[in-house]
Amino acid sequence: MLNRKGRRWGADACVVGFSGGGVGAEFGDPLRERMVVPSLKLQDLIEEIRGAKTQAQEREVIQKECAHIRASFRDGDPVHRHRQLAKLLYVHMLGYPAHFGQMECLKLIASSRFTDKRVGYLGAMLLLDERHDAHLLITNSIKNDLSQGIQPVQGLALCTLSTMGSAEMCRDLAPEVEKLLLQPSPYVRKKAILTAVHMIRKVPELSSVFLPPCAQLLHERHHGKAVGPPILCFRSMDRRIENRMGTPAHRRMVVHTHRHTRNRLSCPWPPPFTSPTLTPGILLGTITLITELCERSPAALRHFRKVVPQLVHILRTLVTMGYSTEHSISGVSDPFLQVQILRLLRILGRNHEESSETMNDLLAQVATNTDTSRNAGNAVLFETVLTIMDIRSAAGLRVLAVNILGRFLLNSDRNIRYVALTSLLRLVQSDHSAVQRHRPTVVECLRETDASLSRRALELSLALVNSSNVRAMMQELQAFLESCPPDLRADCASGILLAAERFAPTKRWHIDTILHVLTTAGTHVRDDAVANLTQLIGGAQELHAYSVRRLYNALAEDISQQPLVQVAAWCIGEYGDLLLAGNCEEIEPLQVDEEEVLALLEKVLQSHMSLPATRGYALTALMKLSTRLCGDNKAAILEKMPLVERDGPQADEEAKESKEAAQLSEAAPVPTEPQASQLLDLLDLLDGASGDVQHPPPLDPSPGGALIHLLDLPCVPPPPAPIPDLKVFEREGVQLNLSFIRPPENPALLLITVTATNFSEGDVTHFICQAAVPKSLQLQLQAPSGNTVPARGGLPITQLFRILNPNKAPLRLKLRLTYDHFHQSVQEIFEVNNLPVESWQ
Amino acid sequence: MPAGFPPHSTTASLPQHSDRGFPFAAAAAAAAGQAPPRPRPAAAMQFMLLFSRQGKLRLQKWYVPLSDKEKKKITRELVQTVLARKPKMCSFLEWRDLKIVYKRYASLYFCCAIEDQDNELITLEIIHRYVELLDKYFGSVCELDIIFNFEKAYFILDEFLLGGEVQETSKKNVLKAIEQADLLQEEAETPRSVLEEIGLT
Repeated sequence: MLNRKGRRWGADACVVGFSGGGVGAEFGDPLRERMVVPSLKLQDLIEEIRGAKTQAQEREVIQKECAHIRASFRDGDPVHRHRQLAKLLYVHMLGYPAHFGQMECLKLIASSRFTDKRVGYLGAMLLLDERHDAHLLITNSIKNDLSQGIQPVQGLALCTLSTMGSAEMCRDLAPEVEKLLLQPSPYVRKKAILTAVHMIRKVPELSSVFLPPCAQLLHERHHGKAVGPPILCFRSMDRRIENRMGTPAHRRMVVHTHRHTRNRLSCPWPPPFTSPTLTPGILLGTITLITELCERSPAALRHFRKVVPQLVHILRTLVTMGYSTEHSISGVSDPFLQVQILRLLRILGRNHEESSETMNDLLAQVATNTDTSRNAGNAVLFETVLTIMDIRSAAGLRVLAVNILGRFLLNSDRNIRYVALTSLLRLVQSDHSAVQRHRPTVVECLRETDASLSRRALELSLALVNSSNVRAMMQELQAFLESCPPDLRADCASGILLAAERFAPTKRWHIDTILHVLTTAGTHVRDDAVANLTQLIGGAQELHAYSVRRLYNALAEDISQQPLVQVAAWCIGEYGDLLLAGNCEEIEPLQVDEEEVLALLEKVLQSHMSLPATRGYALTALMKLSTRLCGDNKAAILEKMPLVERDGPQADEEAKESKEAAQLSEAAPVPTEPQASQLLDLLDLLDGASGDVQHPPPLDPSPGGALIHLLDLPCVPPPPAPIPDLKVFEREGVQLNLSFIRPPENPALLLITVTATNFSEGDVTHFICQAAVPKSLQLQLQAPSGNTVPARGGLPITQLFRILNPNKAPLRLKLRLTYDHFHQSVQEIFEVNNLPVESWQ
Repeated sequence: MPAGFPPHSTTASLPQHSDRGFPFAAAAAAAAGQAPPRPRPAAAMQFMLLFSRQGKLRLQKWYVPLSDKEKKKITRELVQTVLARKPKMCSFLEWRDLKIVYKRYASLYFCCAIEDQDNELITLEIIHRYVELLDKYFGSVCELDIIFNFEKAYFILDEFLLGGEVQETSKKNVLKAIEQADLLQEEAETPRSVLEEIGLT
């Protein structure tokens, strides 16, 4: 089909010696054109348009022809009007404007010729729509055509009405359509019925007009006789119908059919009603109309619940005997009708015990007897499943329905697998255990190559996770996470995390699961995953050593997955001591030394993939480690400290500083208020002092100080000749050390890190260190790291001084220390008199 | 997505108006103060499009009132989406609040929009039946038949579906109706002479 051959119209389609160019040349004079040049035939135009080599050429051809068509419309040539409109419709399909053909549609519809009407109605369906008032102009023509009795014309009018009829048109034409509902001709009748469906959709109040004739349509079938005139009043008619349907005889019939369907599944009930006038087309339309009515009006729903036995019978007959080969598709008799009846049964049985029970057996029969070798059968079966799941069906039937969907999952047709997955997904809440039985098949569907299928399989798999299968399911899902298409990763990852949170059997399993997600799809998890995992690990004390080791290993393998790096850095900072302790029983022994840990964190800091937040985690980890890892290796930590920022704000600052260096002020800029007043005193003190500066021998390197200045300030590469550190103060175990750095890129700058340590038995509190330098220098004090030094070697206080010395003047420094120690307040003012000469020369 | 997330929750939250809940058409109905939201009617195709592998539109049938601009936009979007799909993918996709069912026959794609609660499998049968009808009418149909006789393709569709619903499930009946109409059309056309044809009457 659709794959054969070239053109079939050869010679007859072309008018010899006629071309598009000719049209263009002539069209300036409409009269002459009409007299001499016949209008281009539709197929010639199509040919010409298809012959266009470029888009521009096509546009040219079409513009020319449209001008021609316009001219022809203007002249009001009735003979070729339909042809011109047909051409215009083709052009319209190509996307060109065609609104100027709207009025011609009206004229063609009003014409008496069938050809005109056919094209005119086609044009109306394509060019008119209810947004433009023009569409109302055809109302009258449709009215005339509906009442004239020429069947194909009635058909055209009904078709147009049901395609583009607006609410206003529907109100106007409802009486005409209603009359046609009970017309003898099945051709017109089936169209009228579906037009009624459209009218009810547009104007729900029209339900009351169409309900009585619709009820009669079924009733007529019931009694096999013609029907009387339709009655317009819904209420009285409804009562009449109810009376009729509610006779004792009728009730007996209902009960009988009911009992019968329950007891004997295979043998059809002898048809109690047959009508030669009721063709499958009309039956299908009637069912569609009833469906529409029932969805619109509760009264109709109540009314048509009474015909459930009848519908059951019709469907049973269809299933067991078949209508005719004409109406069956690959051995399934009229699947369109079956589907429509099943859909109506669904609406009638929804929330209604009695109706549901009446159709239970039939549904079981359809579910078990439908041939599923082809799509048509599966379509019916699928509709049956939908109906079973939507009505009050017996529990066994529901399981049967879910099992059908489970079988669908094994079908070789991926369309059928798709609808199965979609439907199971809807049922997974209401029929969890039935769906759960198909879990292995569902999981199998994760391997689908079509993403729309694997996405559904994923959603369904996630919905099927519960506390009893969580370990197995997670294994599958994690395998899927590793191989799944990128656009599913985020959903898969967050699904796994959520399920893990709900059903984790142990904390360790939970940690492992999150870790796995972070290592395989770290970039796809939401930000809160980091916080959740740190929270989780923090709360599981027995797993600290385990977690930090696993995270360390994961980090050693890959530092690109940001959430993973963040959690790992956090854990290393927090539990670094456990990592180095090396006595974790749960995983194979791992010998990590501090150098390695630091090197890894350094790598994270320097990696271009690291986000600012990640660097923050790494820095925090380093700071924590600086206290947690004691001993000789502290020096190593300091040396290994990498730089944070190479340029940016700091570069600006330096530029500013060098500018200010030219005009050094008398007073050093001070960062904080309390220090300001006291600094003036210090400066006074200093002014009195004079003399050469001594150069004392370097003292012990002070730990910790370099760390701080590295964190705050850059200096790449480290100064070639480090300036020796200096101990400037010691009293009762409280020590003050200075360390010096002069960044090579800015030799005028001297950075002094002041470190206060306390090896005494009492805490040092309210510690304040102030400083003063000669007026030719500029001093800036950074905020100290704290004001308390705990006893016995607790965390020292560090503070950074920035001294700008552009003239390389000899450095002099006066310090004032105040603190409380052993409940006494201590104040010390002294000049540092053995500053190394490298600090200023 | 959390476990057990309803697959169509986005659809459920959309307002559903009396004119079939189509988002673009909804405003007018709402303004007219029509009935409150209700369960939407069962089957009904919203529209059907035929287009070629090159993305050229060959037929468009709209059962919902939309402006030309909207129709063009939808067409462009769907043609792109469908053509971008690999041949081994399934025939269904979710699009806005509708389901798209498409199938390729040789060089032509048949593409239908149905509602959320409709049966995709029967829609495939509808498409197939339409192709069969075209095939019977043209005698082993190809894309060119539909290009050059696009109006016939519309006529056949209109005898098979009405207002988006299946009206006739017998192939014979559809073709008989078309034949009769064609006959009427010929009768109307035959009296015209060559002179008429060139516009001399």
